[in-house]
Amino acid sequence: MRYGRGPEVLSDVSLSLPRGSFHFVTGPSGAGKSSLLKLIYLAARPSSGAVRLFGEDVTTLGGGDLPRIRRRIGVVFQDLLLLDHLSAFDNTALPLRIAGHKPSEYRNDVAELLTWVGLGQRMNALPPTLAGGEKQRLAIARAVVARPEILLADEPTGNVDHEMALRIYRLFVELNRLGTTVIIATHDQDLVARSARPVLHLDKGRLRPLPPQGPAA
Amino acid sequence: MTDAPFDPARWRPASFLPDEDARDPALLFVIGVLCFLACLTALGVIAADRAASGWSSQLRSEATVIVRAQGGETPDAAAARAAEVLAGVAGVSEARALEKEKAYELIRPWLGDVAADLDDLPVPRLVAVGLDRRKPATAATLSAALKGQGLDAVVDDHSVWLKDIRHAAGVVRWTGVVIFLLIAGAAGAVVAYATRAGLAARRDVVEVLHLTGAEDAQIANLFELRFARVAAIAGAAGALAAGGLGVVLRLIGGGDGITPALPIAWIDLLAVLPCPVLAAIVAAVAARLTARRLIRQL
Ligand SMILES: Nc1ncnc2c1ncn2[C@@H]1O[C@H](COP(=O)(O)OP(=O)(O)OP(=O)(O)O)[C@@H](O)[C@H]1O
Ligand SMILES: [Mg+2]
Repeated sequence: MRYGRGPEVLSDVSLSLPRGSFHFVTGPSGAGKSSLLKLIYLAARPSSGAVRLFGEDVTTLGGGDLPRIRRRIGVVFQDLLLLDHLSAFDNTALPLRIAGHKPSEYRNDVAELLTWVGLGQRMNALPPTLAGGEKQRLAIARAVVARPEILLADEPTGNVDHEMALRIYRLFVELNRLGTTVIIATHDQDLVARSARPVLHLDKGRLRPLPPQGPAA
Repeated sequence: MTDAPFDPARWRPASFLPDEDARDPALLFVIGVLCFLACLTALGVIAADRAASGWSSQLRSEATVIVRAQGGETPDAAAARAAEVLAGVAGVSEARALEKEKAYELIRPWLGDVAADLDDLPVPRLVAVGLDRRKPATAATLSAALKGQGLDAVVDDHSVWLKDIRHAAGVVRWTGVVIFLLIAGAAGAVVAYATRAGLAARRDVVEVLHLTGAEDAQIANLFELRFARVAAIAGAAGALAAGGLGVVLRLIGGGDGITPALPIAWIDLLAVLPCPVLAAIVAAVAARLTARRLIRQL
């Protein structure tokens, strides 16, 4: 794929991930990790080739069909994309509200999830008043709250300490255990090594799958 | 640093778009002024209509007959006889020969102040005819009845005036409609502009909503509701101002509250009531069309 008339940032990337799998995407800065995720969460279309999700070719879908697919995908954006005018609670509830659920159905789940990621005391806080790591955890809470079938996380542990990174990783593992397909783009080699999960390594827009590293979890 | 205890049970979903965007005073002012003008137009048209229908019902309910004496008959006798004949015609409620002075008054402008000598001249006399309001006799019927009794008379049922008044009232009404449409169009354009600005200012919000699976219609809805509410508030303010002005006009209209040129009745002031609703509808439509078109282009 390419951005506008720019150079190709991903070339000859061909991969197929089974449902319920857990992958890391690694590679140096600028390698195209975020771009690959964008293709999957439908923020970008490939300039050639196709993306299939849930057995459907999403590259040919009209705009009207995208929401249906996007609601099945949770994303932790690299730049978080929190809504600054909404409280932590409102930010987290966003996907559920968009999907048309009633507050009474999800209120307690949202509160519980926020408490779980350590934001129990900050539910009413606006994102600009949160610390970097708190924002990151908020973005993660929003991404997972609707129990998506696919979870894409772009540098989800960039701003948190090691302890919290492991905690977040365990949350992803738990989701994966419940059936969610997880793809995490990260620079955190330590986490990758520790997890023993398959790695998709990108370098200058080309894909090099690596076998699981490190000891089995 | 901790917040006040947060109780999820008391949580109310906040609006997706920042609330402060909705409090744009310039937009409120512009729509308010447009609504004020629209209400004044409506009141003006209603008042003009009322004046026209007042005049024409008065004109319709009366006719004037000019009687010229013939043969040896004196003008007064001819007029009296004509009045008698006319009173017997169906659709006439009363017929009354006017005093000769009334007739003299009519021709004085042409003859100058020579009233004293007019008695010697065969000046035609006037008969004022009151017509049945529901089934007024036509000018032709009256003419025929008079001719049947050998009276030389001209019947004026004011149809010329009536036509003019009806025509003028029609012009006023259509002018009002055109002004109204222009104002509605201007309000729509202002809202379209504001929607565009709002979308541009909150592109980030729209993007997040999109990526989270919001449909275009859901996002357009946010803008639709927002501007409908703004327009309703502005419309209420404009209507209130126009209604207030109407009250002032009604009060300084004097006596029975009817100004000679534009009679405004208390009930007419109700015409400003639909203004907030109409403004909201116009704004909602404009915002929806604009937002949908722009969102599709994102
Ligand atoms: N919106 C964009 N418009 C144009 N070029 C872009 C855009 N986003 C990314 N790129 C380019 O695409 C290439 C890949 O970027 P990408 O963000 O996918 O890298 P990354 O692997 O996620 O890097 P990082 O580890 O720093 O997040 C880079 O050369 C970048 O400059
Ligand atoms: Mg990136």
